[in-house]
Amino acid sequence: MSNYDKHYEVVVVGGGPAGLAAAYSACQNGAKKVLIIERDREVGGILNQCVHNGFGLHYFKEELTGPEYAGRFADMVKGTCADILVDTMVLEITPDKIVKCASQQHGYLAIKADAVVLCMGCRERTRGAIEIPGDRSAGVLTAGTAQRYVNMEGYMPGKKVVILGSGDIGLIMARRMTLEGAKVLAVVELSPYSNGLNRNIVQCLNDYDIPLYLSHTITNIVGKTRVEKVVISEVDGFTPIPGTEIEFECDTVLLSVGLIPENEISIRAGVTIDPRTRGAVVYENMQTSMEGVFASGNVVHVHDLVDFVTGESIRAGAAAAEFALGKRIGGRVIDVVTKPGVNYTVPQKIRPDNIEKSVDIFFRTNKVRGNSIIRVTSDGAKVAEFKREHMAPGEMEKITIPKVLLDRCGDSIEIVVEDA
Amino acid sequence: MKELICIVCPKGCHLKVDENDNYSVTGNDCPRGAEYGKKELTAPTRMITSTVKVRGGLYSRCPVKTAAPIPKGLIFEAMKLLDNVELQAPVRVGDVVVEDICGTGIAFIAARNL
Amino acid sequence: MYDVLIIGCGIVGSAVAYELSKYQLSVGILEKYNDVANGATKANSAILHAGYDPHPGTDMARLNTLGIKLAKEICEKLDVERRECPSFVLAFSEEEMKTVQTLYERGIANGVNVRILNGDEVREIEPEISKEVVGALYSEDSAIVDPWGYAIAMAEVAVTNGVVLHRENKVRAIKKVGDIFRVSTNRDVYEARYIINAAGANAPQINAMVGDTTLQPRNLSGQYYVLDKAEGKRVNSVIFCCPNKDGKGVLVSPTVHGNMIVGPDAFEVFDSETVATDAVTLPALKPKAHRSVPGINFREIIHEYAGVRPNTQFDEFYIKELETCPHFIALAGIKSPGLSAAPAIALDAIKLLKKAGLNMTKKVNYVDSRRVVRFRKMNDEQRRALIARNPLYGRIICRCESVTEGEIVDAINRPIVPFSVDAIKRRCNTGMGRCQGGFCGPRVHEILARELGMSPIDIMMDENKTFILTGRTKEDKKK
Repeated sequence: MSNYDKHYEVVVVGGGPAGLAAAYSACQNGAKKVLIIERDREVGGILNQCVHNGFGLHYFKEELTGPEYAGRFADMVKGTCADILVDTMVLEITPDKIVKCASQQHGYLAIKADAVVLCMGCRERTRGAIEIPGDRSAGVLTAGTAQRYVNMEGYMPGKKVVILGSGDIGLIMARRMTLEGAKVLAVVELSPYSNGLNRNIVQCLNDYDIPLYLSHTITNIVGKTRVEKVVISEVDGFTPIPGTEIEFECDTVLLSVGLIPENEISIRAGVTIDPRTRGAVVYENMQTSMEGVFASGNVVHVHDLVDFVTGESIRAGAAAAEFALGKRIGGRVIDVVTKPGVNYTVPQKIRPDNIEKSVDIFFRTNKVRGNSIIRVTSDGAKVAEFKREHMAPGEMEKITIPKVLLDRCGDSIEIVVEDA
Repeated sequence: MKELICIVCPKGCHLKVDENDNYSVTGNDCPRGAEYGKKELTAPTRMITSTVKVRGGLYSRCPVKTAAPIPKGLIFEAMKLLDNVELQAPVRVGDVVVEDICGTGIAFIAARNL
Repeated sequence: MYDVLIIGCGIVGSAVAYELSKYQLSVGILEKYNDVANGATKANSAILHAGYDPHPGTDMARLNTLGIKLAKEICEKLDVERRECPSFVLAFSEEEMKTVQTLYERGIANGVNVRILNGDEVREIEPEISKEVVGALYSEDSAIVDPWGYAIAMAEVAVTNGVVLHRENKVRAIKKVGDIFRVSTNRDVYEARYIINAAGANAPQINAMVGDTTLQPRNLSGQYYVLDKAEGKRVNSVIFCCPNKDGKGVLVSPTVHGNMIVGPDAFEVFDSETVATDAVTLPALKPKAHRSVPGINFREIIHEYAGVRPNTQFDEFYIKELETCPHFIALAGIKSPGLSAAPAIALDAIKLLKKAGLNMTKKVNYVDSRRVVRFRKMNDEQRRALIARNPLYGRIICRCESVTEGEIVDAINRPIVPFSVDAIKRRCNTGMGRCQGGFCGPRVHEILARELGMSPIDIMMDENKTFILTGRTKEDKKK
């Protein structure tokens, strides 16, 4: 008797934008038995609650809302061989790729996979993670949780709101709460610049006269039961400056203070994690340190645009299908080493033998920059240089290195960003 | 003279638009910035996305969007139109939810299947 | 009219209610919050102390050592999460080794299994302990426990056995008319022949209502960090430093839920309901904890909390029938090791009631067991069978802690109905993990509303007035 209930060539863990694209691509690349396992009641992931538009400009060449983008991919997957289990939670992936999951409808299942694609996405950082002091009042929630309440369930989580963090989710929720009749008193940002897109600063804050406090943070939350008051202070670096306090009478604090890839299942399976991204260390084809286990989307590194999640997942899905069908990749490995100005890279490892024409390397820089040069070197010698007029930590950068150049590199390449 | 941040690309040029000089734009690094600056001061428009009530669906709200950008000044009036709408599932992407937003001829349409 | 009315349903009130429920008595509990275990019981170090700390011969020493023995039995009977977990008291100098020696002697006198280890022996058992440590007191008599789960379990079994719990009843005044106490709360007036004051940090005020003003509250706030399960296995023992005048110093401990806690620093607060954390006290814990366990990764912090320890001017607990008010039994000043001592304190309370003249006969039939389904603790076959039996156990609601809808519905159907999202958290662990309820919060909320037949708007985060939602979209603006 086998120790599993079902067998698939490719099992995709998560049915958000990454999982849908990976499954679609796996089918397009020859896999005949593909399964998506989704924990929510429908596929689409977080896009279903992102009712704003701005998705899809790169991939579909038009501006879609989140649910529309998810819907298009769900329809594309419907036309493939992929099976979908919704309302089913993956609990564990064993080293021999048995995916254990639980579901109300299907019971407890052990599914044998030839290849796995990890597409679990990310979670929001919380009040606890960033240690906001003060009372344990109700009315402090992450922007994403608020977004779900407002956009999917139709409930308002508050009337007078202070938002901490000016990433795009925070900015989007400032506008969304305003449109639904709440008063957004302030968006407070620890950094001296916003991590959100200019478009969102203009159309979510400026349009509604919502003030943005840069280099500020919340230093106290007051309220025995529900939030009554929030104190913000200017910061010098990360340290609040005494005497700069501003008080806001409000009933709600929304947090948009960063996203963390959800890799608990990956870690338990034995996948090596990059402490910089908190996602898996991946090769050029999105394979992790475990052979046959791939990863893509926000579970690898937090993306700025869903279009890039899609692109990455299409590569991961294709590679998973090829692996399931027997393709094995060998050859030497080039390590991508980050130098000043580069916070991380994806991929972290490149096998030149598996590159056809060129490899795309994604990374984020450490601060807002004007004219800059991205230098790629190997063994002290120049490999390539790229110019940028503008760089910011909020935006993913991409450089493309041709195979001919990679073939000349040593066992590592270094990437540095400098002012031009 | 009005100051605004260009949103055409991530660079975010700080534009200065002179209303008294045929909306001439300075501070832009590219021609698209000049176009944006003029439009933003003469006829700014926005896409509006929101939700409406829906019965019989997986959720109690259905996302909607304007079929095209509407004049910025109409945002709150347009939002009010959604308060009294209640859809009945099934809803398809593109279903018209409000036919004509404040005489613009632009509709609110459903943004998902539900 | 109750034979006995217990004021307060924290760990002590619950333990007393549980013991009293074994007797043929009418027993009531007044609890000011909308749930039990909502004061000091929900915010402490969650440790069942071995008992080497209290001075030999004191009530505290006797109650501590007896309490943890009783806790072992009770936790097994009532299915409370408890784990035996050795403890160290670290010495960083020869001077501190003298303190260790003193604690060792106290431990021996209190009947505790204690040993003195040198630095190498310490690190052999617990390799994460600092190389600076020269020696330590070591005991295997300690344990860690789910403190609110412990109180909830005893309170639930008490209610199963006929004890009446009145929640959201804050005592405002107590009058004695003849032999009868008339206790007024914000909601009603309750009568009883005997009173047990188990009001935690508010016990001195309750005593004062019947004329005993002996106790001066010296409530100490302790603040803690909770770290992710990624740090939960870094240490497998409770690690104390040598005690000083403020308490046991900063401790590092695993929790029964698989996390790590670090804390507390102690300072006096005047509001017994203070649960605020501050930006000075908490970060100061980090270097102190690193001194004991240098490897702790504070990037894994997921939560902070603060709790008030019901301290008074006395070193000892204040357990007695008040001289000024017969039939009124004070169980006051129950600071550390109150969690450890609670079931023994309950037995003392019973003795005091008997001594005060209450006739006590054991019930012939009473329920003394309780079972809880915990999906996350099961193996594959158990999970398979469980879901086959009831598919609701197949729907995972809290992904961080692997809590199923079936467990949440179970909790709602138990004798003390939880009304808030945090009450579910205390019973099922939902939202205790790394996402802190970001994902499961709205779903727990929805299940509570559905099962209780309430509007989601009326479901609280925790206590009364901790509302989560302020209205509906598209419906409330016209008003």
